[in-house]
Amino acid sequence: MNLDFNTKELRIIAATGVLGSGFVETSFNRGLKRKPHLIGADAGSTDPGPYFLASGNQSFPEIAVKRDLRLMVLAARKLDIPLIIGSCGTAGGKPHLNLVKNILEQIKKEENLKFKTAIINAEQDKEYIINKYNNGKIKPLNPCPKFNLKTIENSIRIVGMMGAEPFIKALSEGADVILAGRSSDTAIFASLPVMLGFSEGLSWHAAKILECGAAAATQRKVPDCLMATIKKDCFIIEPLDPELKCTPQSVAAHSLYENADPYIILESKGAINLKNVKYEALDDRIVKVSGSEFIIADNYTVKLEGAELAGYQSIIIGSVRDPLIIKQIDEWLERLKSKVFDRVQDLYNKNFDNIEYSLIIHIYGKNGTMGKLEQLNLPISHELCLLFEITASTQNIATSIASITRHQALHLPIPEWSGLITAIACPYNPSYIDRGAQYRFNVNHVVEVDDPLEMFEIEYI
Amino acid sequence: MTKLYELTKLIRSKNAGPFQLTFDIFCNNKKNYEKVKKSKALSKKTIADIYNTPIDDVIFFECDDALAFKASIPRPVFQGDIGDPDNHGGQQYAPLMDIEIKDLD
Repeated sequence: MNLDFNTKELRIIAATGVLGSGFVETSFNRGLKRKPHLIGADAGSTDPGPYFLASGNQSFPEIAVKRDLRLMVLAARKLDIPLIIGSCGTAGGKPHLNLVKNILEQIKKEENLKFKTAIINAEQDKEYIINKYNNGKIKPLNPCPKFNLKTIENSIRIVGMMGAEPFIKALSEGADVILAGRSSDTAIFASLPVMLGFSEGLSWHAAKILECGAAAATQRKVPDCLMATIKKDCFIIEPLDPELKCTPQSVAAHSLYENADPYIILESKGAINLKNVKYEALDDRIVKVSGSEFIIADNYTVKLEGAELAGYQSIIIGSVRDPLIIKQIDEWLERLKSKVFDRVQDLYNKNFDNIEYSLIIHIYGKNGTMGKLEQLNLPISHELCLLFEITASTQNIATSIASITRHQALHLPIPEWSGLITAIACPYNPSYIDRGAQYRFNVNHVVEVDDPLEMFEIEYI
Repeated sequence: MTKLYELTKLIRSKNAGPFQLTFDIFCNNKKNYEKVKKSKALSKKTIADIYNTPIDDVIFFECDDALAFKASIPRPVFQGDIGDPDNHGGQQYAPLMDIEIKDLD
């Protein structure tokens, strides 16, 4: 791979917003005709939930990931340019990285290709994190869960979010394809321009817009490609489907997406400062951006993500159509919880102190969607859907308590009716559904490091 | 009196990481953006009240380039944790839609 581009501009294609979500082949091919210097895609996010980090599974099906990756690999090899995939397998831990590595090896074999691949690990040894914690090098972000040695012990997996440096190292060591574990979305695309001496402000800002693919356009039809051309004093953003348009507003709007602060975007090395950015329309669909700055921080920090077991769950879906029950639903549910508590205490009498469980009921038709945030107290719907969620320390206990809950709920009386009632309508049998292990994210902290590479070993295959 | 959603092309909510919820309000043109800005109907306080969150926990921006307002609050339940009713944080914005915008002209 020859990285001696010696070019005044760097053309980068983000094939899609997340690997596995798809992109339009004609858009991609149009971009390839422009002779890009880099093809990349982000493959992960915390957005699908803690299940993926904990379980080792990825959120997109293998068939979809392979379809996207195959097209990208073929293109990159044909043009002899680097291909970078960050946050492999949704959560970017060891098993996630392995999933994508296996897919890549299938493609390599099927297409009879030869190339050098860098595999960059992001999953951290607990000993390392414990050591950092004991040396006071782990700092909280705001807001964050409680974090101490017990948190590290309870974690199923902790990953560090790599910055540009591991990518730059792999590129300089001749990697044609880079599969990385958990990465900063921007580092995936900023690494090559930064390595080649382009302005850090422009490189990181362009990367921020690239990483969601065609989402920076005014109206996206399907997930699709985006191209950034980075120059000395500006960069140009263009969607590769000729029917899509980027406008100054749509590009500016993109820095708001999934960020609390639209002007300062934190990275390991520092922060992207968007306060003085200018967005100009070059025509009705292409935007020129200038004025982006990068502020280097005093300390290099790596963001940590971790997941732990929250318990085992069983759920029941049951709906109510009787207006008399509906009008007293809060009180009815309080009585239900109390009945369940008494029954659990009775059955697990000897071990009751060890039986920790939670029974949460989501009331759809009232405040199911917003839960604690709902302030509306409207006249209630003609029907409600109740979602009972039982969480306990083992599946057996969760299932048992769910079964108890079902029976109590089914016949819990109201004063208006005499005789045995059936209060909920369950669409499934058994009416309780075991969900298995439930996880939670348990870290929102950064770790101060001396060497940006120390947490991210690179292996070549 | 106009409702906020009538002056916007998009109101949305999303996770900003697993621990924060962020709201974006994109006005449909500069005139309406200025109208909403001038009315002061959107502020840290309105968000704090609507979402029953301490005002010090609210982050609020006016984004002139994007013709947008942005507010963020800590998630009442961390993403995906027990009892979280909305894993993606995508359906928490409806109360913003009916905020009334006074016409001050």
